[in-house]
Amino acid sequence: MATLKSNIPSGPLSEKWEHHKFSSKLINPANKRKYKVIVVGAGLAGSSASATLAELGYEVHNFVFHDSPRRAHSVAAQGGINAAKNYQNDGDSVHRLFYDTIKGGDYRAREANVHRLAEVSVNIIDQCAAQGVPFAREYGGLLDNRSFGGAQVSRTFYARGQTGQQLLLGAYSALCRMIGNGGVKSYTHSEMLDLVVVDGHAKGIVVRDLQTGEITRHAADAVVLATGGYGNVFNLSTYARGSNATAILRAYRRGACFGNPCYTQIHPTCIPVSGDYQSKLTLMSESLRNDGRIWVPKKKEDCRKNPADIAEGDRDYYLERMYSAFGNLAPRDIASRAAKYVCDEGRGVGETGLGVYLDFGDSIKRLGEDKVRERYGNLFAMYHEITNEDAYKTPMRIYPAVHYTMGGLWVDYNLMSNLPGLFVLGEANFSDHGANRLGASALMQGLSDGYFVLPSTIATYLATVKPGARPSADSAAFTAAEKEVRAGIAAMVGSKGTRTPASFHKELGRIMWEHCGMARNKAGLEKGIARIAALREEYGKNLRVPGQENGWNQSIEQAGRVGDFIELGDLMCRDALMREESCGGHFREEYQYTAADSEVQQGLVNPGDVKRRDDEFAFVAAWEYAGAGKAPVLNKEPLVYEEVKMSTRSYK
Amino acid sequence: MKVTLKVWRQKDRNSPGELKSYQSPELSPNMSFLEMLDVVNEHLANQGEDPIAFDHDCREGICGTCSLVIDGKPHGPHKGIATCQTYMRSFKDGDEIVVEPFRAKPFPLIKDLVVDRKAFDRIQHAGGFISVRTGAAPDANAIPVPKENADLAMDAAQCIGCGACVAACKNASAMLFVSAKVSHLGLMPQGQPERYRRVKAMVNQMDAEGFGSCTVTGSCEAVCPKEISIDFIARMNRDYLVAILKGDPKAVRGGGAG
Repeated sequence: MATLKSNIPSGPLSEKWEHHKFSSKLINPANKRKYKVIVVGAGLAGSSASATLAELGYEVHNFVFHDSPRRAHSVAAQGGINAAKNYQNDGDSVHRLFYDTIKGGDYRAREANVHRLAEVSVNIIDQCAAQGVPFAREYGGLLDNRSFGGAQVSRTFYARGQTGQQLLLGAYSALCRMIGNGGVKSYTHSEMLDLVVVDGHAKGIVVRDLQTGEITRHAADAVVLATGGYGNVFNLSTYARGSNATAILRAYRRGACFGNPCYTQIHPTCIPVSGDYQSKLTLMSESLRNDGRIWVPKKKEDCRKNPADIAEGDRDYYLERMYSAFGNLAPRDIASRAAKYVCDEGRGVGETGLGVYLDFGDSIKRLGEDKVRERYGNLFAMYHEITNEDAYKTPMRIYPAVHYTMGGLWVDYNLMSNLPGLFVLGEANFSDHGANRLGASALMQGLSDGYFVLPSTIATYLATVKPGARPSADSAAFTAAEKEVRAGIAAMVGSKGTRTPASFHKELGRIMWEHCGMARNKAGLEKGIARIAALREEYGKNLRVPGQENGWNQSIEQAGRVGDFIELGDLMCRDALMREESCGGHFREEYQYTAADSEVQQGLVNPGDVKRRDDEFAFVAAWEYAGAGKAPVLNKEPLVYEEVKMSTRSYK
Repeated sequence: MKVTLKVWRQKDRNSPGELKSYQSPELSPNMSFLEMLDVVNEHLANQGEDPIAFDHDCREGICGTCSLVIDGKPHGPHKGIATCQTYMRSFKDGDEIVVEPFRAKPFPLIKDLVVDRKAFDRIQHAGGFISVRTGAAPDANAIPVPKENADLAMDAAQCIGCGACVAACKNASAMLFVSAKVSHLGLMPQGQPERYRRVKAMVNQMDAEGFGSCTVTGSCEAVCPKEISIDFIARMNRDYLVAILKGDPKAVRGGGAG
């Protein structure tokens, strides 16, 4: 069994982080440059961590599979970033952001981590503004805010519909500065294919150069993974096509525990699926729910009608009806499930019947088309490109899609995994969002981890490592890891099967969506596990990878990633099967509120809302690899709440 | 619908390349252009042929990874749209579509339609930043920025670094890209202390990479998926000129007290 020590500092919640920073060991500036740190990934977390560690004086090597760090998928975030600045004077505070995030995560996140996130949020905005991030501003020149789901205050900072790109360009500019002055060595088109563990400590990685196919080894005193989430297990998602789980999955195989793999976020406002050829689903920012109203026809027979012909009285604004306090700004898991329910009732719209309307008619009447265009013009344009429909004239059609994974590698308060020397940041770790992430909190977490948390906590580990003691990249563990990587690639290229990596990915996606998607149950998950086992067996025998081992070969990249997705899909189903409760994005049909429950009668929740079982499941599931073909081992980290009382999550 | 593709195939930088014809399988007009290439590639792979290498990632027009010159135009037929947001409904059944890589000497070819655009990163390393250490920032609202300036900076900052401007330019000039970066930071009060040093460093690196000069044909602006205005080039030229006139700041000598 793995040893899971959360290392949460003692003392009052609001003083833990300050106290921890003070009591942690420091490393003197002359020694810092003797430590080499590998950072894999260059999204918000990876870029900000690389730049900041280099500013502190560490020797940083940054690896990214993209051709440029600026292309990491953080770039695609649209809506915004939360911070407890209270610039709007609407009652926000660090404590409120903390509380909203804990509640939004359905009481499945660590209190201490989330409080730290809320504290640091204010520094992030300062840092980004100083870097020149062109946030939206009011005429007085001060920063503007808007509202996002799961909150009743306006605390979201934004840069038109491309906050992710602007924040990433900020972090990338900091990284560029440190690359330019020699503080960071940047490796692009370089994909990590294995983690090297020496005497139980993470000490390096094995990398494939995507341009040449060359395999190289890199040793370091510590390894930081900031490689993003794993939603592409579902094949169709709002992720970039290249987003993958290979780095974290291979670290898992080397002994890092995987936390809460089944916690997946299904985002309520995406453009519906249109055909089998589809390669990705496009998100329509949650910010649209500020001014758009979601509805379906009350009567099934109206679903095929032109929406303009459906009278106001025949429309069901179901979120406003079911969750009157939050209305269209209900949290993502709740809004997604509600869409599924109304479509399951046969009231969905569009060709497939899997869609609901997001209607701007009222806002256009209230604000005028120009104002709506100013706020969301790029999103309306994107919608038009994809669907050929004009959302100023007719409501958008949207449907939930896989968008984010709250699960990830298990980390302690210092963001270190159970493997000493391995740190995990951003979406790649499991830590701050519990079972459901609130909108505009992913950017906040990525930058919090990278700019402020890791640069401070990494010293707690490095202070225990003697400077100059790192193993050589020629040592036995590195040789063995490289040999395994080479054998894996040779086997893929040599296999003379008939099915392409893409065909396996599509099939895996269908299995996952059907059995481990928005609604899960015991029988379905068991079936999913069996189907994945069969798929994995076929992948081993019947894969076809065209082209050569050396040089640019996208089929090799894809085949390796799909193989890892299959293994992770199995782990997600096992975790979902084990977790016999519903919480946040994890909905087990067996555990939901019904009309007979007192909480429904008191008006706290609706029938069909998720029902947690705190007595038995208030823990983090940390899965441990047990070897090829063996069932993974479950470790549990109990969630102890000192400040907040775990209660029924009500948005009514 | 079906189309005939004439695609640039080239094994690597050192091998000669050629346009090759492929008949597509049956397509849907609702497919994106890249999904069409996915379908063609599956078809090729199933026949044991090497799939067409092309760059792509986010497929929603923001990462700047996708490229392609489609029928002679970087990012295809539409204005203000990247290749990944181009849909097959923009073409007709039976069309012949010519697909080539972004061609420019500073963008060496990797394979087929994939080119190396790291020259852009090196320009950024030279000066595309505001020097602010993590933790050294004042309160965000301590630095008001007039809305007009912030909006104009944002117009420039939208650049996704795809390189279409270079591919469209007969001189392979990167002035639109560099001017967008220079203008974004130069318009913000935070960017003032390094304004002239930045423009000089970035322009010098741009020249060192082998990008050509701007002759103001405007083709870059016409193909830019974010519709960045060439006004920013004028802005950059002015800053560059001022930087040259100002000259390098005098070196500060001596060790100082203590």
